[in-house]
Formats: sequence, C-alpha cells, structure tokens
Amino acid sequence: MYPSRFAYEAPRTLDEAIDLLAQGRGEAKVLAGGQSLVPLLKLRFANPDLLVDINNLPGLDHLAIAADGGVRVGALVRHRDLERATALASAQPVMAAAAPLIADPIVRTRGTLVGSLCHADPQGDWAAAVLAAGGQVVAQGPHGRRSIPVGEFVVGPFQNVLEYDEVAVEATIPAARDRVAGGFLKLERRVGDFATAGTAVALELDGDRVTRAGIALTGVGSRTLDARAAADSLLGRALTAETIARAAELAAEAAQPNSDHRGSAAYKRHVIHTFVTRILTRVTTTTTEHAA
Amino acid sequence: MTLTEPSRALDEIKIGGMGASRKRVEDNRFIRGKGHYIDDVVLPGMLHMEILRSPVAHARIRSIDTSAAWDVPGVRLVLTGEMMATRNLAWMPTLSYDTQAVLATDKVRFQGQEVACVIADDPYIAKDACEAIVVEYEQLPVIVNPTQALAADAPIIRDDKQGQHDNVCFNWEVGDKDGTDRAFAEADVVSRIRMHYPRSHPSPLETCGSVADFDRATGKLTVYMTTQAPHIVRAAVALIAELPEHLIRIVSPDLGGGFGNKVPVYPGYVMSILASILTERPVKWIEDRTSNLISTGFGRDVYLTGEMALRQDGKILGVRMHTDSDHGAFFGDAQPSKFKIGLLHSAFSCYDIPTAHLTARGVYTNKAPGGVAYRCSFRVTEAMFFQERMVQAAAEDLGIDQAEFRRMNFVRDDDFPHRTPFGFLTDSGQYAKCLQVGLDAIDYEGFRREQAEAAKNGRLLGIGISCMTEPLGAGNSREYDILGIKMFDSAELRVHMTGKAILRTGAKTQGQGHETTWAQIVAHELGLPADDIVVEEGDTDTAPFGMGTYASRSTPVAGAAVAMAARKVRAKARKLAAHLLEVSEEDVEWELGRFYVRSAPDRGVTIQECAMAAYSNMPDGLEPGLEANAYYDPPNLTWPFGCYIVTVEVDPVTGVWDVLRVVAVDDCGVRINPMIVEGQIMGGLTEAYAMSSMQFITFDAEGNCIGSNFMDYLLPTAWETPGYELHEVVTPCPHHPIGAKGIGECATVGGPAAFVNAVMDALKGHGVRNVDMPLLPDRVHEALTTRADVSGAPPIRTDS
Repeated sequence: MYPSRFAYEAPRTLDEAIDLLAQGRGEAKVLAGGQSLVPLLKLRFANPDLLVDINNLPGLDHLAIAADGGVRVGALVRHRDLERATALASAQPVMAAAAPLIADPIVRTRGTLVGSLCHADPQGDWAAAVLAAGGQVVAQGPHGRRSIPVGEFVVGPFQNVLEYDEVAVEATIPAARDRVAGGFLKLERRVGDFATAGTAVALELDGDRVTRAGIALTGVGSRTLDARAAADSLLGRALTAETIARAAELAAEAAQPNSDHRGSAAYKRHVIHTFVTRILTRVTTTTTEHAA
Repeated sequence: MTLTEPSRALDEIKIGGMGASRKRVEDNRFIRGKGHYIDDVVLPGMLHMEILRSPVAHARIRSIDTSAAWDVPGVRLVLTGEMMATRNLAWMPTLSYDTQAVLATDKVRFQGQEVACVIADDPYIAKDACEAIVVEYEQLPVIVNPTQALAADAPIIRDDKQGQHDNVCFNWEVGDKDGTDRAFAEADVVSRIRMHYPRSHPSPLETCGSVADFDRATGKLTVYMTTQAPHIVRAAVALIAELPEHLIRIVSPDLGGGFGNKVPVYPGYVMSILASILTERPVKWIEDRTSNLISTGFGRDVYLTGEMALRQDGKILGVRMHTDSDHGAFFGDAQPSKFKIGLLHSAFSCYDIPTAHLTARGVYTNKAPGGVAYRCSFRVTEAMFFQERMVQAAAEDLGIDQAEFRRMNFVRDDDFPHRTPFGFLTDSGQYAKCLQVGLDAIDYEGFRREQAEAAKNGRLLGIGISCMTEPLGAGNSREYDILGIKMFDSAELRVHMTGKAILRTGAKTQGQGHETTWAQIVAHELGLPADDIVVEEGDTDTAPFGMGTYASRSTPVAGAAVAMAARKVRAKARKLAAHLLEVSEEDVEWELGRFYVRSAPDRGVTIQECAMAAYSNMPDGLEPGLEANAYYDPPNLTWPFGCYIVTVEVDPVTGVWDVLRVVAVDDCGVRINPMIVEGQIMGGLTEAYAMSSMQFITFDAEGNCIGSNFMDYLLPTAWETPGYELHEVVTPCPHHPIGAKGIGECATVGGPAAFVNAVMDALKGHGVRNVDMPLLPDRVHEALTTRADVSGAPPIRTDS
C-alpha cells in the first residue's frame, strides 16, 4: 500500500492553510484526523498533489456544549472527545448516542467530526446525527466565513459543497427552544464496520407535543438522507403507537438502499423502519419516566 | 511406554516442564516490537518488487505494453509472462499435481491474478511503474460457482490443459456405495440437508513476502520468506528448479501468523527469486493486504448434499455425502494426503456408523486458487461442520433431543481402536464424558427451561452443540507425502557442557509457541530447566529436515521427535552417570534431573554434571559430546475430541443474534503448556465465531472479489468476541511418546457448527432447515420471514 507522490505542508495559521489550498487549485486535500483520507491515499483512490495538515492550527479544538442544546465542534475535536463529553447526553442525545458508535476505539482517538462531515461517506454516522439535529458546517475561505446546513453541505457520495480554497472550521448545532430528545441506532456487522443501515432521530418536545423533528438515515442511499416527511409527520403531535408507526413507515419509504454483501435492499428498509420505531418508542418511555 | 499425568510433582512445574503454564518466551521480543519479520530483513543494495494484478476475472490478454514502466526512473526490471516463458517459468506445478500460472501468458483466470511485475529502487517507484503498464484485455464470461462451472455451455477456464474439455477438476469417491444404498433402503427415516461452507481466508496479520538473494560469486541462493515449511520449499526448488540443494538456503524468520496461508509457494516468491538472479541484487517482495486477500490460499468453498439413514429409535444406519468444491482457477490445494478432497471423509469419525459413502467433485472457477487448510487438517473443518449440522437436522427429524441423539450414536470408550465409516482408525477418547462435562457446564436442562419460558414472551433463545474428533498430525508415511517426501519430522538436541542446550526442529512456529513448549518437553525428559534451552527453527542451513508446521502436526510429530531426541541424550547421560558414580549402568536409576545408585539413592549426579563429564571426563570408548537427533514417523494420526456448546438470543425483528455463552470441552490428551493450549482454543473459537457470524469472501457476477480488504473481510475485534468457558478431559494418545494430541485447530474446526446450530435451534419451528454461513442478520431475518432455507452461494445479490 504505497500512495502516489504528494507534497505535505503543515501551516501554523488558518490564513496560511487557505493560501495553500488556493494554490492547490483543487488538487490539495485537508488532513485532519486522516482516518478516511490516509486509507484512500494508500489504496490510491485519492491522489492529491498536496496535503495540508491542519493539526497545528490554533483555535480549532474547541468543544462547547450549552445546556440549551447548542453545540460547537471545532475541526480538530476528535470523536473520542465527543464520546467523553458527559454534557452531550442532555444537550444533544442524538449525538451522545452516535459518539460511541463511530468506527472503533482506535479510529475515535484520531478521527474528527468535522472531517467526517466533509468526507461525506454515504455510510458515515456523524452526518446523519448532525443533520437530524439541524446542524451546520462553518467554512472559511479567502472571502470570509459562511454557514452551510448539513442537509445542503453533503450533495453526493464523498461530495460536499466546499470550494477548494475553503476549510471547514467547525460544526454548530443551534440551541433548542424546547426539551430535546432523540437517539441513534446503527446496524453494523462488527465494530468499525460501515453501517448496514443507521438512523438518527432528534426531537424537541413541549410537554408531549413534538415541536421540532429531524430524522436522518445512513447506509441506505448515495448520501446521508433527510427523512423529512417522516420527521414532519410528527410535528405538533404526541408520540403514540400510531404516530410512531407512521413516521417509521415514511422513513422506510425515504430510504434508497441497494442490495449488497451487507444485506438486501428490503432488509435495510426493514431495519430503518425498526430503528425509527425503537428510538421513538424509547423516547416515549423516557418521557414517561421523566413524568413519573 | 509410560504416560505422564497432566499435573506432575511441583519440581517439574518449577523448572517449566510438562504441565507448566509457562509464559511464552517468544512474547518477550514480540511485545517489545523486537520481532524480526520478513519486512525487517534489509540487505545491502536491495531492490523492491511490486506485482501488477488483473482487474478482471476472466479475459484473454491481447497485449501488454511495458515501455512506459521501463521509462520510470529507478526501474530495474519489468517481468511479464512472455519473458517468464522464455525461461520455462511462466507456469509452475502445484502441490495437487496441477499447474498454476506464475505470470499470465494467455488468459487471466481470476481477479487479482499476477500479470506483470516491476523491480525498482523503492516500492513507491515500483508501484508507479506498475500503473504505467498498459494491458489490453478481451473479457470472457465469468464463472463463480460450481453450478455455472458445470453448465453445458460454460466457457472452459483451463483451455491451457490438454484434454480438458470441461471445468471439472476431479471426481473422487470413498466408502461403501452398495452397503450405504442398502442402509438407506432399510431406513425408517431419511434426513436431508444442503449447505455451502463459504470461502474464507486465513488472513495472517503479516502478509506474505520474500527477500531473495542470489550470489553469483558463490552460486548460493538465500531466500528469506514467509513459509510455514522451509524445507519443503528447499526441496521444491531443488527438485523442480533443479538448483543444487546445498546451495539453497531458505530462512523463515518470525512469522506474523500463518493459519495455512503460508504453506503454498506463491508466484511472488518465484518472481523475486528470478528477479534476484537477473539483477544480481537482493529483491524484496512484500504483499499488501488486498493482494493477500484476493490472490493467496483461501479456505473452504464447498457445497454439500448430505443424507442420513436413520432408524426410528435414533440409530444412524448410514451416511451419504456429495460435495462440490470450488478450487478457483488452478487446483492448488496445499495438502499432503492422497485423497483429492483432503480429509473430508474424516466426517463422522466419532459416531458408530456402519456404512457411509462420499462422492466429491472439484471444479474450476474464475476465483483465486490455492485452497489451504485454514487452521484445519485439510478440509476437516468442512467435514465436522457438515457432520454436526447433519446430526442436528437428523435429531430434529426424529424428534430426539440433540444431546441424547449424539450420546446414543457415539463410539463408546471401550470400542477402540475403532474403524470409522470411511476407513480411518481412531484410537482413544471419552466422547460421552466430554459431552456431559459440557452439558453440565452450560446447565443444559436449565437452559431448555429458560428457552421455553422466553418463548412465551416472543423471545428466541437457542442452544447449539458440536462434537467431533478430528485427525491431526499428518501423518503416517504410508498415506501422506508432499512431492513424494514422507511426512515425518525431526529434532536435534545439543547439550552444552554447562548443562544449557539448543534444540532445533524441522517445524516452524508462527504463533504456536514452539520456543516455549519444545523446551518444556526437553525439561520433562531431562530435568533441565526450560529456561536453559533455546529453540531454533526455520533456517534450512541449520535445522534438521522437517515438513513444517500446519494441520496441527507439530506436537504430534515434531514434538514427539523432541521427546525421542531427549531420550537419546538421556540414554547417553546414563552411561556418563554410571562412569561418574563408578557403578554399572544397570545400577543407575533416573528421577527428574538426576541419576542415582539404586542401592544408595543419596549417591547421585545431576544431568548438568553428566553434561560437563561429556566434555571433560568421559569413560574410555565413549564418544565425547552430548547430543542427539531423532526422526519421528508417527504410526497414526492423533485424534483429539472437542465438544462446543453455544447459547444465543436472536432478535426476531432484525435477525441480529447475540452470543450468550460459549462452553468448550477439549480432550487433546496430555497438555504440555495448558496456558498455550487455552490460548489456541480461544483463538479457534474466535475464528469459529467469525466464520459463523460475519466472515466470508464472496464474488459478484463479474467475478469481483467482495472481501478484498479488512473493511469487507471482517476479523472480529475484542469488542464483539464473546467470552469463553473452557473445560478439559484428558485421554492420552496411546502411540505418542508423551501422550499428546494435536489441538491448534480443534476449536476452529468444531466451533462453527455450535454457533450455527444454536441460531438454528432458536429458529426451530419457523420452517427453516439451513441458513448458510455467515449468519448475517439479513439472512436470519430472511429465514424468519420466508420460512425457507437461505443460500449464501455466490454471486452476491446486488442491484446497484
């Protein structure tokens, strides 16, 4: 496994990094955790001329979790930092549930959430969790900063909307207005395997009424899927057997799975249905417990 | 012959003798990163080789243009099949008397086949130059399973072979056809099952590689290579390439696992040797992970149709088996027996069955060649899996409890020696006792109650049993050979004057812990502390001739040779002791580590004192020195027994299943180092769990290998690997010098059926007879919803 020849730069400032990317004119790649990029280099699936290592850049390792559900994740925050962030469980349960399911413990010590979003693997986990939570990617380029909703950020398999001279500097999740709930379930054949199918659910509830809902699917399409109709079907309603069943059906319909060695298309759809049902049912149970 | 009890007096444990759970001495360097593996071999002026492999599974080669590769700066040599052919090296013989392409000339016959190779100053340049080679392929129809291979209009894969007009690689049979037909005619019930044992890969963490170093001045060829059998390689080079044997040195350094994968001779080794001869520089070839997975020896890939003739009361009257085995593009099975389908007919050896018949058909397909025994005596894994799946299905058909059905058909303890239905001779065992130990450990009756209770709430619990005795330790020289060389093994023990010693054997450790256990055998025989004995293997210039390590044969064969060599040393030491004690040899008695005068036990000399005397004070007429070698030709295979019991819970909605408990009861005779034995059993159970739950190499309809990296070909991690509860029964091997039997592979062989039987038990009553391994959740779910068997045969279903 010997990559093609490439140049390597490790700039000390963000401006320098952006300059290097600009000079690369699309043939440069940002190296953060490297857990997807390095294997691609070794397999020669990616053959960039230049690697811009951002690990020395200051101010990108912040992880801010507010009690109101607002979360800011810097580009150098590792999966493990999120897994160990106890405040995440109450602030963004969907992310707290996803964090320990990312890849395997070795990858989690190096890989980054923002890198995962940029990599845009159709079987990736973070994009689903952040999409369900309504998150955004903040990108910085020569002309300043912009925020891009994750649903618009990922446009296809391994494709995002970043300009070649932009660096994704953080991911943000907006504060919630109401009580947050949610969950993340993934079927994998083994720890570290890509998702056969995965489901992220993020809700806000006022009493027992759903005031905001996000449902996102992974492993069942050419990119992370926003099961918008499924999520919308819950708005303004309480979680009951009927509303849960309806949402699960709509989510399964939104899935666009392929049959492969991980499972048949029909099975993957069935798993999505099951996972939406299970997450929402668990939320109901937890809500009842809170009430009790 | 005296047999040693598993637990001896304390002094033997203290010196690290038999029965001591001594820490593995080799681990000291391994865990410090001080191992010396093939990629650690660096020679002055060394070049690097990279292989260009076929991206397609079946195609005629129209042209190969290497000109751009030659132009890459730093490239020293580019080899193609055409160039190999001019040296008569484009093809090579396989261990199964077929031929295999070294570099393709006419066609490529599987994805990943070697097409060209580049030798350059560094591996990056070699890889760049490989990408610069232009190959024009004319694609041909692709065959990925026996049904396709046997179709009337199937393209002939081996059109290179004279007289080959179809894709059949062999037809073979064993057993009593007429007797078996009669048994089926008399049967009350006939139980039938069909299944596929999927293709798997041994996947040693260290891939294959070699550093070939031909010295023009001396004419000596030294090859450092990842081989489990260095002497066989030397013999092959001498006999086939006709190089002078004394000028060939094969060195197998530390091996990062083998599991059968490092038995065959691969094209990469051959090319690196030729490249070194042509460039007169050392040439290193290190295979990458994908190359290892897509081109080197796989395991299994066998389809079974099995039938059992049964009497209503539970007696098995006869067994009929037909197998179709998929050998890939070249029949490269690396196995030493005279039997085309290996030892698959060792099936049913633990059951008292009057008659059986097996027909076996092998086919060529457009898949990688080189079937190896992935941690099993050849095809014993398939044998025991099919056996135990058939047994469970038969018990269900008869409505007899699966444990009771096994017990009533076992060969009884007083029935040895026992001739198996396919003609093997087993010699020892306590099968019913092992099963009982397992049933008690798992609380079989208690689990059945729990299972019934859970079923009331819609939960699916299951329990699976797998019992087997398998033939390990190839082998007796009548039935087993490689290239005509008999399957004995050897040891050479040299005791220095201070009582320290060096032991060399013809085996080759690759994780089994020979450096630890061989010293324990010597400690047991001579009373020398195990720490005072260094063990060396793998260099054909220094080690005595041996057939290598695979098929759990080292302890049964080389281990026996170690004991015999030590006994020769002891016999000589006795003469020295008599001299030192000034008594006749007949008056000298032995206890561990010491000779003494029978009539005066206080008068004695230690083995160390004898060693010094061998160099400083020998009697007249006695040769100086204290050393011996021994060649051991085993009278029979050894027959360990294993009973594996697994409980699972299946999620009825998703088909996901979790292992609840795993109980293993192994009887491998006398245990030399119990801790190493337990480690081997745990490793074997983990491989069993892997194959039953997640692991397989499959292919799509175009012959693309699905399983070409560790994202697709899964090795279980510590995370999902279940815990194991280990138990033992000890029935010493009656013909082995220290009563030991093979153990390295038992759990890999016997384990998979326990996991599958457990899941199938949980699915009982759902109209399903078989789900092919691996039991991926979607397959279990499909079985639950369709109430039908689920086949795992390639090609894989895709709709992308």
